[in-house]
Amino acid sequence: MYKIWAIFRKDLIIEFRTKDSLTSMLFFGIVVLVIFNFALGSLHETIRSAVPGVLWVAFTFSGTLGLNRLFAAEKENGCLQGLLMIPADRGAIYLGKMLASFIFMLIAEAVIFIIGLVLFNLTVWAEIPYLLLVFVIGTLGFSAVGTLLSAIAVNTRLREVLLPLMLFPVILPILISAVEATDIILNAADYRALKLPLTIMTAFTILFGTISCLLFERVLEE
Amino acid sequence: MSEKSQPRMDIVLGLILFVGMPVALYMALIGAPTEKTMGDLQRIFYFHVPAAITGLTAFALNFVASLMYLLRKNRWWDSLALGSAELGILFFGMVLITGPIWAKPVWLVWWTWSPRLTASFILCLLYAAYLLIRKSFEDPDRKAVIAAVFGVIAFIDAPLVWFSIRWWRDIHPSPMLETGGLAPSMRPALGICVAAFLILFLYLLRRRFYLETMRNKVEWMMRRIDEV
Repeated sequence: MYKIWAIFRKDLIIEFRTKDSLTSMLFFGIVVLVIFNFALGSLHETIRSAVPGVLWVAFTFSGTLGLNRLFAAEKENGCLQGLLMIPADRGAIYLGKMLASFIFMLIAEAVIFIIGLVLFNLTVWAEIPYLLLVFVIGTLGFSAVGTLLSAIAVNTRLREVLLPLMLFPVILPILISAVEATDIILNAADYRALKLPLTIMTAFTILFGTISCLLFERVLEE
Repeated sequence: MSEKSQPRMDIVLGLILFVGMPVALYMALIGAPTEKTMGDLQRIFYFHVPAAITGLTAFALNFVASLMYLLRKNRWWDSLALGSAELGILFFGMVLITGPIWAKPVWLVWWTWSPRLTASFILCLLYAAYLLIRKSFEDPDRKAVIAAVFGVIAFIDAPLVWFSIRWWRDIHPSPMLETGGLAPSMRPALGICVAAFLILFLYLLRRRFYLETMRNKVEWMMRRIDEV
């Protein structure tokens, strides 16, 4: 547990000193929102029903950017070997890294969400607790798979190109359910329908968290 | 699959296919009765369904082989996983081509995002990513491990994709084999076509496996030469 925390803290400190990935994640997310604003320009009346999709596309894209950087610092400075040599279970490395990417994504999502609210003229005070729940579970599932695939991609020739190609088809269940859940919260009166997408997202997160934790060892082996 | 029995077994399979494929073609195009409402259009069903069954078999085999590779670290399993992934995409490609050809006159659209269609499409994307991963590694052992990891993930992901869209309205005909809704007179044609496709899959898989084994051997020899 302490080891997980140590790895997480290390990434957090590096990030807050350099602000490399967070700035790019935020900026990219906002750019995606702006592009969608123009792409959906004629739909101002019905924008509320398009917002869930727009938000999750922005989250996914900016999250992918963050995942690309997750192992990049270690790779560039030749510290991947060092990370592997620490007296910790590979699962602990995975969990530490996952936690780091999860927190970065959540921070980015919070900012993107607020800017999205302003840009699309939404008022959602009452819905925020529910939205928070969906964002947290969705992001957890996203970083559960993303951390494993990021560790794979960083060692390949194609690197940044390969990650989204692997990641997007795999996280589709999360994405579909998250968009659905967000849509229910924003546009439906009946929240009971939330149960199904939330169940799928939770199942996905637990399943892939466990599998990734087990397989991570094989991926980092060199 | 030892090397000596390889050609002999393949000749047998090849002969079965040489006879079986024309029989399947005959049964599908002429032997089976014409469907009442759709007419001859329905005959594409005899290619669509066997291809789907074969494709799913291939992906399931890829999962088993990937898992076995992670447990045993034997290249035999890796070659099997590669062959089944490629063939799975091939057969599912047939499904995704024959489907719209049928759908355009019947549903009046080439494509619709119904659960079954969406899931098939995503399945193809997942295994296309699998092949892309294989291409981006130089070291054959690393490549095999990473591919196996992704093979496991892809196969576990598929049912989740299915569950996340299952409750969408599906206009795809439900599998008649499950519901028993297929007219008895159409069953022999379907059975023969499924058998023919599965044998074709087995034959192609064996050839692909053989090729991959030889490629590995050449690679190994080249490396030995470099070392010397």
